[in-house]
Amino acid sequence: MRVVIAEDLFLLRDGLTRMLQAHGHEITAAVDNGADLLAAVTKEAPDVAIVDVRLPPSFTDEGIRAALAARREVPGLPVLVLSQYVEQLYARELLASGSGGIGYLLKDRVFDSAQFVDAVRRVADGGTAMDPEVIARLLARNTGNASLGALSPREREVLALMAEGRSNAAIAQRMVITERAVAKHTASIFTKLDLQPSDDDNRRVLAVLAYLEG
Amino acid sequence: MVVADSGPARGRPRLGLGACLVAAVRGVALGALVLAEVVLLLVLLGSVFLAVFGSGALTAGDNGADAGRRSLLALLVLGAGLAMIRYAVPPVLLAVRRVARLTRLLTWRWCGVAIPETYRRPPADLAAKGYFARLRWLLGDAATWRDLLWVLVNAVVGWLVAAASAMLIVVGVVAFLVPVVSRAVPPPAFPGNTKPALTIIGFAMVATGVAAAPWLLRGYGLLAAAVLAPSGQAELVSRVRHLSQTRSEALDTGAAEIRRIERDLHDGAQARLVAMGMTLDAAGQIIDSNPDAARALLFEARDASVKALAELRALVRGIHPPVLADRGLADAVRALALDTPLRIHLASDLHGRPPAPVESAAYFAVSELLANVSKHAAARETWIDIRHTDRMLRIGVTDNGHGGADPARGTGLRGIERRLAAFDGVLAVSSPPGGPTAVTMEIPCELSLPKTSSC
Repeated sequence: MRVVIAEDLFLLRDGLTRMLQAHGHEITAAVDNGADLLAAVTKEAPDVAIVDVRLPPSFTDEGIRAALAARREVPGLPVLVLSQYVEQLYARELLASGSGGIGYLLKDRVFDSAQFVDAVRRVADGGTAMDPEVIARLLARNTGNASLGALSPREREVLALMAEGRSNAAIAQRMVITERAVAKHTASIFTKLDLQPSDDDNRRVLAVLAYLEG
Repeated sequence: MVVADSGPARGRPRLGLGACLVAAVRGVALGALVLAEVVLLLVLLGSVFLAVFGSGALTAGDNGADAGRRSLLALLVLGAGLAMIRYAVPPVLLAVRRVARLTRLLTWRWCGVAIPETYRRPPADLAAKGYFARLRWLLGDAATWRDLLWVLVNAVVGWLVAAASAMLIVVGVVAFLVPVVSRAVPPPAFPGNTKPALTIIGFAMVATGVAAAPWLLRGYGLLAAAVLAPSGQAELVSRVRHLSQTRSEALDTGAAEIRRIERDLHDGAQARLVAMGMTLDAAGQIIDSNPDAARALLFEARDASVKALAELRALVRGIHPPVLADRGLADAVRALALDTPLRIHLASDLHGRPPAPVESAAYFAVSELLANVSKHAAARETWIDIRHTDRMLRIGVTDNGHGGADPARGTGLRGIERRLAAFDGVLAVSSPPGGPTAVTMEIPCELSLPKTSSC
């Protein structure tokens, strides 16, 4: 994969670069602010951009805005946003366009390089990768959404794993059921959430979005 | 304590016919307040009178045949007087205060005259203390005496000023009507009592009454202000007392907060880092002899670092939530709403950001209120309203739970009140049993312009 990294802390930028190179990926640009990120993604057309939420000059949610701007600039550009903390509010904003290729992970996840690189790959392939903490906090509250309420506990479990960006095969392995059973659950979820048959990836994103909207 | 910002005195009264009539009716309403005041005054004077009269009769030397019966009567009177002083005086003084508050509110709304309020805060544990502490709190407050003076002034002239125009109008209308209805009844014979004269007099009285109403109302307001408004000195004293109290409370809260953070770091992240260091050291010792065990220790150290990070995140959320820093109050509350099990409807109208300390205080107040709602109120829905008007940040939190929240009992609401007080903010709670509970907070502040973003 060809990767662009936007991270203002040198140590992390360097660490990410080395880790991804060790896994055989090419770092086409490693920048430290939002403006350079925009320039890099338009010039390099990478497979995926990895963006820190806090970037200069404001050190607030610059990274979220830069990521959304980059996706406007390069439609469909897969972006993985990294942060010291995760907020449902930001997860919703990132997914709001309804198209895939979005990840939102805690920085801690880089500690497990195999899983992290796996998440990067899923995002680059147009899937989603929501941090388990976003999902955990969603599960902690009982939503008042009627169509979500119609989901069975099993289907909710599948949806939560789907939000993390797991494939049907991975979900089947995690829940110790067959892949056919997972496919049945996902089909039922799509029906209950009233998502028309279309490109499966896109429907997965929309289902996750409905989940986040709660 | 509520320190009313002496708001801008409104300009000249409005002089349209409708406004004049409204002013006349309002005058009557204000004048009617005097009835309540007179009753309260009678109770006060009556209790003192009974006590004095009773003790006088008791001590007067007496040698009649029915001396025993008389002194028994005197004893009864004295007892009644003392009982009234014991049980009726503090509530009556508080009732007088309530009427004075209403007067202040109405003079501001109707007469356009702002009268600042400077009652002393009750001592912290007033309920636990006795009668005399209560009496000392009430009678030691100059504002109580101003209230009483106002009751007297209002009973003598105030109500006349307030109701004068309405009385003029009524008498005028009667005079106007007399010639009309007096065909059957011959008018009493006195000079000038002719039909045209009565008509003219009646008309003149009505016209004067109507035209004077706004001015009389304004005059009533100024009269009330002259009696009720604290002197500049008293206002300053009360302001200084408020400031020093809220300052020391703010410092206490700040110090307690720092101690809590220190403890959390010490028991949490710090302890985990120490453990991590030890685990890494152990891994280093055995890495040659037992690589597999060393690898397990390294993974253990990694997991410990993840836990330490999670704890630091939780701590940071408690100190200054990242979304608040990033996006400001409205989005921070929105993010909070997403994390609570309650169904929350948020309406916000903020064009800019309050100063950071105010923003933070407001955020934690809302956060605590939502925690209260989900813990106690058994509410299904909550409405949050955030807006900034008249240089005042106003936040309303309303739920459809079972009500019965009492700031005097819960430490949570008192804590919020204390923290807001450091910014001259106030908290009002309306929570009748059966609900709904509505909490309103107001913090005076200016908004800074919204940040413009480049991307």
